[in-house]
Amino acid sequence: MASVLAPEISSSGFSFENCQRNAFLAQKGFPAPKATKTGTTIVGIIYADGVILGADTRATENTVVSDKNCQKIHYLAGNMYCCGAGTAADTEMTTQTVASQLELQRLHTGRTVPVETAATLLKRMLFRYQGHIGAALVLGGVDRTGPHIYCIYPHGSVDKLPYATMGSGSLAAMAVFESGWKPKMTEEEGKKLVRDAIAAGIFNDLGSGSNVDICVIRNSGPAQYLRTYEEANVKGKKQGSYRYAPGTTAVLKQRVIPLEVESVAVHPVQPMEVEPASSRR
Amino acid sequence: MLSVSGNFPEYAVPGAKQVRFEPYADNGGSVVAIAGEDYAVIGADTRLSTGFSIYTREQKKLFKLSDRTVLGATGCWCDTLTLTRLLQARMQMYEHEHNKSMSTPAVAQMLSTMLYYKRFFPYYISNVLAGLDADGKGCVYSYDPIGHCERSNYRAGGSAGAQLQPLLDNQIGLKNMQNVTEAPLPKEKALSLLKDVFISAAERDIYTGDCIYILVITANGIQEEKFELRKD
Repeated sequence: MASVLAPEISSSGFSFENCQRNAFLAQKGFPAPKATKTGTTIVGIIYADGVILGADTRATENTVVSDKNCQKIHYLAGNMYCCGAGTAADTEMTTQTVASQLELQRLHTGRTVPVETAATLLKRMLFRYQGHIGAALVLGGVDRTGPHIYCIYPHGSVDKLPYATMGSGSLAAMAVFESGWKPKMTEEEGKKLVRDAIAAGIFNDLGSGSNVDICVIRNSGPAQYLRTYEEANVKGKKQGSYRYAPGTTAVLKQRVIPLEVESVAVHPVQPMEVEPASSRR
Repeated sequence: MLSVSGNFPEYAVPGAKQVRFEPYADNGGSVVAIAGEDYAVIGADTRLSTGFSIYTREQKKLFKLSDRTVLGATGCWCDTLTLTRLLQARMQMYEHEHNKSMSTPAVAQMLSTMLYYKRFFPYYISNVLAGLDADGKGCVYSYDPIGHCERSNYRAGGSAGAQLQPLLDNQIGLKNMQNVTEAPLPKEKALSLLKDVFISAAERDIYTGDCIYILVITANGIQEEKFELRKD
């Protein structure tokens, strides 16, 4: 049975009920656990026939790599995807929430939702929480007005740009865009430029690493999500063998619990009827 | 009685702010040393970094102090440069005074003294000293920043030290294993193990990568070796 303390379906929005307790605990020297903040390189460009998004795949907790192959390009709708940098949980949940709102909007209107709608939903959500939702996003997509790239900052400000970068590797990636981007690039040129920008982040920014993910959204046709477009770094090959002989691990305690069988029932196995139902009378 | 801080906290202004002097930098890097019967190997990665950026991918962090002693130092690079310069000067003074080069245990003791001399403004370095002792046996000395010194047969230090040491404990110290026989570690096995632990460190520590610079110390002298790591 549902009670007030443990409702079966929690009410929508955030629960702030522990804020006062946590502030009190922090004052007493028990700070709340830190959220995973990922150093990241994410980028997006407009090319002749749509947009291309790119991301690295490293997630870090301080100086330790916590995930070597994570996904940073999130689905929003069929015609738009969103790259996320910052607090991992915030980018994931914000894009999921907005993706659901966009789908409802699509079903309500019966039309492809414009990219600007997603940008507005995202910036409103982020502005409402005054930067406490640590999501830095690069939104890319196409609609009837053409291709669009938006840069959305954690406090809710928005830039609409032809090419954008975000995350700790944004400077390395932007350097590549500033020297290489031009209007009306072909898809091959665009993919190459995005790959180079992400690779610049992977190699020159310690918060970014591992592989390159790319997502191509064309003006016509479905989006193409190229997971592990390039494995930028191959793991080194081990020289020795680290297999242990059986019996190497110590058995600390052993206890035998005899199972007493009280009665034995034997069920003869019946062959199952395998004839298709339609052939039966 | 109304007060700004009590009744209007949003109008309260913080007082003058003191900007503190930050004398230390963390330039990352890891070092591993393994001692055998008649050799010692020591390796350090060649990445020098700060924060989220790389200064260089080819900085050697091993210092040949004599033909049988090598120091590996990671942490604050400027402190490393100063310490090794002083160390080399002191070793030269010893040589002039005693007409012989310093033995590895003597260097180890002197390093400890030099670190403790800076007890209240320490060198921010993780030091690992490797070499051959007076009997020609391999030895490894490890330090904390203020001069605590310990002799052992293997040691990992630096930014990935805490990740690497348990693996060495298991593979060389044969810790947490049953039915294993202790045998002297051949030089080739020590070298391959050293490379393997660095491969693992480069996977998980953002400050370890690019390349390892390895020195093998034997009675015949010091051999150099390089080994590539991932660059991201």
